[in-house]
Amino acid sequence: MLGTHWRVPAWVATLLLTLGSTPVEAGSIKIGVAGPLSGPQAAFGEQFWRGAEQAAKDINAKGGIHGEMIELVKGDDSCEPKQAVAVANRLVDFEHVAAVVGHFCSSSTIPAFEVYAEAGILSMTPASTNPMVTERGLPTVFRTCGRDDQQGVVGAEYLVKQLKAKSIAVLHDKDTYGQGLADAMKAHLAKLGLKEVLYEGLTRGEKDFNALVTKLRSVKADAVYFGGLHSEAGPLVRQMREQGLTIPLVSGDGIMSETFVTSAGGPKFVEGVYMTFGADPRKIPAGKELVGTFRKAGYEPEGYTLYSYATLQSIASAMSATKSLEGAKLAEWLKSHPVETVMGTKAWNAKGDLKVSDYVIYRWTPDGKYEEVQ
Amino acid sequence: MDGYILAQQLVNGLVLGSVYGLIAVGYTMVYGIIGMINFAHGDVYMIAAYLTAIFLASLTALGIHSPPVVILLVLALTMIVTALYGWSVERIAYRPLRSANRLAPLISAIGMSLILQNYVRLSQGARTQGTPTLLDGGLRLFESGPEQFVQISYAQMLIVVTAVIGMALLWYLIHGTAIGRACRAVQQDRIMAALLGVDTDRVISTVFVLGAGMAAVAGSLVTFNYGSFDFFIGFVTGIKAFTAAVLGGIGSLPGAMLGGVILGLSESIFSGFVNTDYKDVFAFSLLVGVLIFRPSGLLGRPEVEKV
Repeated sequence: MLGTHWRVPAWVATLLLTLGSTPVEAGSIKIGVAGPLSGPQAAFGEQFWRGAEQAAKDINAKGGIHGEMIELVKGDDSCEPKQAVAVANRLVDFEHVAAVVGHFCSSSTIPAFEVYAEAGILSMTPASTNPMVTERGLPTVFRTCGRDDQQGVVGAEYLVKQLKAKSIAVLHDKDTYGQGLADAMKAHLAKLGLKEVLYEGLTRGEKDFNALVTKLRSVKADAVYFGGLHSEAGPLVRQMREQGLTIPLVSGDGIMSETFVTSAGGPKFVEGVYMTFGADPRKIPAGKELVGTFRKAGYEPEGYTLYSYATLQSIASAMSATKSLEGAKLAEWLKSHPVETVMGTKAWNAKGDLKVSDYVIYRWTPDGKYEEVQ
Repeated sequence: MDGYILAQQLVNGLVLGSVYGLIAVGYTMVYGIIGMINFAHGDVYMIAAYLTAIFLASLTALGIHSPPVVILLVLALTMIVTALYGWSVERIAYRPLRSANRLAPLISAIGMSLILQNYVRLSQGARTQGTPTLLDGGLRLFESGPEQFVQISYAQMLIVVTAVIGMALLWYLIHGTAIGRACRAVQQDRIMAALLGVDTDRVISTVFVLGAGMAAVAGSLVTFNYGSFDFFIGFVTGIKAFTAAVLGGIGSLPGAMLGGVILGLSESIFSGFVNTDYKDVFAFSLLVGVLIFRPSGLLGRPEVEKV
């Protein structure tokens, strides 16, 4: 296919550009931060980087990990699985990182984590919610977010019990994350005794979903669930409203960025859109001071910024406590000790999932902001 | 399935098809005249989308708010600047390779596409960008109850009407003017045309300028209608438009438009009545089917081996 011909040179070029790396400082611990630093999902990559950068700065200011400073290394996967594996290999073989914060898209995280696990390096994602990330028995993988099977349940409960939807159309973007979320939704709807009226996938990268919107009208859907990211959710909701379809749209954490409003073409289109996300980390008392620091620097720590901060904090805590950089030792410690983070106390089960997940429903408001639904 | 839904899908398909057709024209004209596929064309369209947003913002800053004036001005400015991009791409990446092996300009085109994408990514950022809505509302045709109507927004009407006008003007330009005659002469036989005094380099530049101009129209219209874009939109749309050009018969101007409309309609009909997951599979199967029975596309002429 033409697609591969076009993309291969892109990652080759990226690789060549990034090969000129900084020399290893004496007494530093390298930690990779991997995610979509470029590409359509770069808004999330920025959240990752901002969070991790601030965490590293704060930890280093307090003397680092037993006197050794944290040095962050960027890895850009553009949310493309192929590139993610290349980035993972570079972080492991070339940069010799001791641990990794990342990746973002589940479709990137799943193959990349295999690379880290094989090398015995601890990897922890702040954002990948697909169950497969931790379901494959890899001992050194963790996440600081919830799972889609939890997220789908909360979304389904809200659709059925609060919005009183009866004819729900379930859409996804055919990606690991999006389709996984749609499947979780479908499964829980079945438990609630409902069958979706439509289950279809759209193509990532396209902007015209009018045909699908007309189909929503023809099947008389009274609510839509979308598993996917803001770049497709935006045009989708706008075209629904333009065709006079005012039914609610519920989605997951993939639209948790104010870029969603931009891709919808303005705040007036986002009314009636809901999403599931962890309880707002900015409201957790432990992070109050940090949120102030970010805002003072002119950056709103939305979405996964604080998750990324907490991820690096957890890794650093494990390194301090075990005085080791060995993935297996760090993993063992994390699975048996709760960690105090900027998002409160976090504890992990044997798979590497959080013991407690805290999904709640958010609503987008006509001024282009979102608020928690009480 | 009721008639309203079918009519609505036809409207959706026609709008999508008009966009494909406008971009397909650029592929087909370049192929017709120098026999190469300009893979950077989709990215020229993407640049037009960014330019549209930039001009929209500048006009608003200058205090011009009347929608018809803004639309006309933005279209004109975008066409001019995008045409400059089209001209430069040809001048930098293709003209030096004119007498090279056929593969060389193809590789150069892919390189150009990457350069344009990354140039926009670095200069404009990788985030999805958006513009405020310019044309609000639309018409509800045949309304007779809830879900019993055909909705067409003013922006969608603008797309179809502008596409038709643009194609008509282009048709006149190729078939009714001296420069068009020169284009057709170069298309038939470049060496012979050169011997007879046609400045072939200039004609080829003109073709790139015209193709980029049509892509600019598509880029502007899409931005007016969908309101959001990123540096990667040229890829998917470019591939689809290229498919439309091959379907209609690469090298044929009406073929490009026809191919675009057929592709747009088949995508929305299939998506609407069968399954959205498989709409691309269907569209490309259609392409394969057509090429088996008509290897040079619907309106293409069989290639005559030039000696």
